[in-house]
Amino acid sequence: MTKQLTDRRAATAVTVTPGRRRGRWSARTRRDFIVFLALALPNLALIAVFTYLPLINNIYYSTLDWTLGSASATVVGFDNYINFFTSADAPNVLGTTATFTIVTVGGSMVLGLLVALALNSKVRGTTFARSAVFAPYVLSGVGVGLVWLFIFDPGYGVLSWLLRGLGQQSPQWINDPQLSLVMVIIVYIWKNLGYCAVVYLSGLQSLPKDVMEAASLDGANGFRRFVSMSVPLLSPTTFFLLITTMLSSLQAFDLIRIMTPLGNGTSTLIYEAYLQAFGAYNRAGYSASISVVLFAILLVITVLQVRFVERKVHYS
Amino acid sequence: MSTLSPVSPAPATGTDLPPERSRPFSRANLAQTVVGGYVPLILATLVVVLPLLWMLLSSFKQPGEIVTTDLKVLPQGLNLDNYRVAMTTVPFGRFFINSLIVTTVGSTVKVILAVLTAYALVFVRFPFKNVIFIVILVALMVPPQVSILPNYILIAGIGGKNTLWGIILPGLGTAFGTFLLRQHFMTLPASILEAAEIDGAGHWRRLWQVVAPVSLPSIATVALVTVVSEWNDYIWPLIITDRPETMTLPVGLTLLQNSEGNGAGWGILMAGAMLVIVPILLVFAALQRYIVAGLTQGSVTG
Repeated sequence: MTKQLTDRRAATAVTVTPGRRRGRWSARTRRDFIVFLALALPNLALIAVFTYLPLINNIYYSTLDWTLGSASATVVGFDNYINFFTSADAPNVLGTTATFTIVTVGGSMVLGLLVALALNSKVRGTTFARSAVFAPYVLSGVGVGLVWLFIFDPGYGVLSWLLRGLGQQSPQWINDPQLSLVMVIIVYIWKNLGYCAVVYLSGLQSLPKDVMEAASLDGANGFRRFVSMSVPLLSPTTFFLLITTMLSSLQAFDLIRIMTPLGNGTSTLIYEAYLQAFGAYNRAGYSASISVVLFAILLVITVLQVRFVERKVHYS
Repeated sequence: MSTLSPVSPAPATGTDLPPERSRPFSRANLAQTVVGGYVPLILATLVVVLPLLWMLLSSFKQPGEIVTTDLKVLPQGLNLDNYRVAMTTVPFGRFFINSLIVTTVGSTVKVILAVLTAYALVFVRFPFKNVIFIVILVALMVPPQVSILPNYILIAGIGGKNTLWGIILPGLGTAFGTFLLRQHFMTLPASILEAAEIDGAGHWRRLWQVVAPVSLPSIATVALVTVVSEWNDYIWPLIITDRPETMTLPVGLTLLQNSEGNGAGWGILMAGAMLVIVPILLVFAALQRYIVAGLTQGSVTG
């Protein structure tokens, strides 16, 4: 791939040179300019209007005391931020966001690695198992949420039936805020662990075979090889997964909306922003300020990722 | 497992036996294959498959088979009543058509825009290409969830509430597809384009007769990932529609949930969930190679 890249750069350089000699704004340059804009402008305009503009507008809305749908708004500066961070809900929302993110990220990565190890074994059927494990990741969160809501149903769910078989009462998954959070976390991990498993599997399969064989000749058993060789060698994969799963956990919406519509115990930053603007209150300005806080957190994580990737490039 | 390993893989085989090379079908080797290979594999597969199987079975069950103290695993028969009720309680047919339109139009436009932009970024001379590429890279990292409120105000302001174009329009710009295809176009050998250029083919012909045909797998990857995410998209259609005539399937399923939220309605809800999940499951089963590659993109190159 690298060779082809350099080839094409060299080729471009050759074709570019005669054009340059004719002057900067030759007919050909002007034509290329127009071709480029004709091809790229529609997409770039859409990205500008629906991706970049909202970021600016969000910051602007966050300085307003504004009810969604109302024609008038007053500028209140940082009041929305102050109100949010001093509100009685803030510790709950921030705590729920932290718990949800840490447990789902940790859970799907650890379980994903274990499943990847199982998929990496040399037995028949791994191809099917790999597809099956990945499938929930591509399914509608709404559909998946409903299926699991039925399974968790304290009256008629499979889980309640299994627990009754063990002589236990089913916990009130829906009414108890803490159990609601546990329930949503379990389903979120179920839906996303296939992604971690497949990424870890490709990491495992790209481990240097000669090094692993040497370790096994030196008498390291499977567990030893895994702990002192595979895990450290997989650290770039682990970091990549840490960032991507953290970003998606912080944006998790579908399952929370379907399984706990009131956000009772499961209101993360994104869900609180949704409830405040589109729930009962229509507090657009307040909601925008929560979105800005969430965006700031996501930005920090993304910058960390970019810096790490840069460093890795320098090492290699 | 190396046969030279001094650590016996199964120390429980007894001390009286001489240390022997493990043969492919020795009992220890078989036990190890089953315990270490098949058991975790089957366990992981069951954890995924059983809830989906439960959805399928329950979608055929009558209220009497669900609201009961003793669990019945299999339905009494292939009763399609739940599907009929689901489709008459809420206009599921309408939702299905809406989802089809949104997914087809949205994905087609997105893929075309991605191909055009990626081609321009790689093969057309332009002074600020790097700046534009960075603009696209940054857009790739902007989470769509935080843009929901401003986009709602914008689209509702121009009359897009409860319309299909209002659902489709804000998602049309594509940073993901552009990025993925640009990376692929960079790897194409320059020679094939030079030949076309010498033949006098302009950019349009070079794009559709040379670049696009040799890049079909990458374009398919972008298309399938886009189809999956358009079909499943929830938060945006949920906010921009509140009338059944323009709802997509996931939003319509929420409507069904509101009207069938009691115990007896589970069978109907499972039938509804089937209608949302099964189309994507079929697409995934047929073309999972492209979908997995597209969704885990970056893990290997990152």
